[in-house]
Amino acid sequence: MSESSILQRASLGAWLEAMGRAGRRVLAPVQEADRVVFGTPSAPEQIATGFVQTPGSAKSVVFPPFDEMLRFRTNGEDVHVEEPSIAAEPTVLFGVRPCDAASFATLKAVFTWDSPDAWVESRMANLTVISVSCTQCDEYCFCTSVGGGPGSTQGSDILLTPLDDRRWLVEVLTEKGRAAAGLAPQLFAPANGEAASKEKLLAQVPVRFEAKEVAGELPSLFDHPEVWKEQSLRCLGCGACAFVCPTCSCFDIQDERVRDQGTRLRCWDSCGFRLFTLHASGHNPRHVQSERWRQRVMHKFSYQPERLGVTGCVGCGRCSRACPVDMNLGEHVRRLSEMSV
Amino acid sequence: MTTFSTAPSASERRNLYTPHKMRIVKATDEAPGVRTFQLQFVDSEVGARFSFEAGQFGEYSVYGEGESTFCIASSPTRTGYIECTFRQAGRVTSALADRQEGDIIGFRGPYGNTFPVERWEGKNVLFIAGGIALPPVRCVIWNVLDLRDRYRDVSIIYGARTVADLVYKHELAEWDQRSDVNLWVTVDPGGQTPEWTGKVGFVPAIVEEVRPRPADTIAVLCGPPIMIKLTLPVLAKLGFAPEQIYTTLENRMKCGVGKCGRCNVGKVFVCKDGPVFTLAQLNELPPEY
Repeated sequence: MSESSILQRASLGAWLEAMGRAGRRVLAPVQEADRVVFGTPSAPEQIATGFVQTPGSAKSVVFPPFDEMLRFRTNGEDVHVEEPSIAAEPTVLFGVRPCDAASFATLKAVFTWDSPDAWVESRMANLTVISVSCTQCDEYCFCTSVGGGPGSTQGSDILLTPLDDRRWLVEVLTEKGRAAAGLAPQLFAPANGEAASKEKLLAQVPVRFEAKEVAGELPSLFDHPEVWKEQSLRCLGCGACAFVCPTCSCFDIQDERVRDQGTRLRCWDSCGFRLFTLHASGHNPRHVQSERWRQRVMHKFSYQPERLGVTGCVGCGRCSRACPVDMNLGEHVRRLSEMSV
Repeated sequence: MTTFSTAPSASERRNLYTPHKMRIVKATDEAPGVRTFQLQFVDSEVGARFSFEAGQFGEYSVYGEGESTFCIASSPTRTGYIECTFRQAGRVTSALADRQEGDIIGFRGPYGNTFPVERWEGKNVLFIAGGIALPPVRCVIWNVLDLRDRYRDVSIIYGARTVADLVYKHELAEWDQRSDVNLWVTVDPGGQTPEWTGKVGFVPAIVEEVRPRPADTIAVLCGPPIMIKLTLPVLAKLGFAPEQIYTTLENRMKCGVGKCGRCNVGKVFVCKDGPVFTLAQLNELPPEY
């Protein structure tokens, strides 16, 4: 359904205003102290553009770090329970990278297979993703190894590609995208062959491995503990990789209570933590850190592709940028892909 | 902003994680730190709609403390209630252990697959359990005993560390009295009391001594990893094929519905594809359980 047009960067304010008038919440990368985070910009100038990648991902829009699942108040032997509404606020996520747009397919697969999670489903249904192609990358980026690319349209409702510092090439990709552009149709001018120059404008992200091939090779490496030990000896098990990851979706369920009132929370968790799989008996199926690293890699690059038909990685490189001991997922998987057993 | 209400409108999708309220109608102390609750749905309509099969599990919760995963320890042949048996080990089970008859707790489920008891009709059924792993097996034992004429020999080998640690002591006595049940109860060496008349020895050794015959027999094996590890070679030596041996994996779980990410063994979700597996199925999985 791709339709190309041109949008002046100076028109962004008018477009965002139109979205606001139409009742949509707008989230975009904004500068906060020395970091770029997803927030609500009060003016288009606040939207950050000169970054390779935000440190945190956009997954919190559909899967926040803490989700209230229930509220309750105990009353003698009985308990009064309230449930949160499933309804989600119509939201426009503006200015994410194509890798983040692609991550929603993985999240959707996890949360809607078999028994659909109504909250995530509803937030996704009410989400419009307007992403911006990458004209720069860094040594951590590997989207092209996992089926994505710096100008990939996967997961986006609209993709903008900067043509120069004044104009974007606009690709409207879905019905939701058409609705968002339709809020201010006068801002979009017909494209005159600019679409042809898109590829030349994009960052060059080298291909390190082919995720599809890796998926087939990894099971044979499972029983080679030395491989996983060598890769993870320096892993601290801090979980930073999972918290910045746009596709990591493992969670814990915890209650918080003050006297007779409390809430049940779904909180982000990580397979890198020892407690993640620890049994009450003391037995732990993933007893050492290398087994937890193996789970992380296998889950993303073998189990999820086989089971859910999605790769659990979009190559954004956040995990590697955030890692305090400089583990690099793209490089680690490349080396695994070169091992033959 | 998220709004909260006691009754979401019918047009809204159901919150997967909302527990049903259940009342503790009977609480039994089984062993030191081990209790059994008999539970009934507070909402009788929910209770009337509820059904489960042998081997399924649920998430039991104390509001304000959290959820814990246990099997349903009662048999689906006994309707109108469910039972769970748990050992006090952490925050939630400690709070549960403090609950008394009449108190309300949360339950969501049933989750997971089941023991195919109907396919076992006409066969001998051998149960082997250790310690706190008798509850998931007990569900199947009563299911089989309540339909006793559909099965041939029913044998139970159960062991615990000490006499005090044996759970369901009244039921062990009842099974012992029945002429249609072969029962061997054992405690680990040193775990016996002067009055103890049962066996003394580890479960694998007792299995070797009892020498159950594999022909037309299903073995349901459940216990701590070390007991499973040492019992499997005994069963293999006796001639049991991996397809004849069933177990239930008790992996740590949070959601119960294939999302939270911790119970998997390779690509298999224990909460959805399990918890019941044959040894033949487990042999296909990566050795990570």
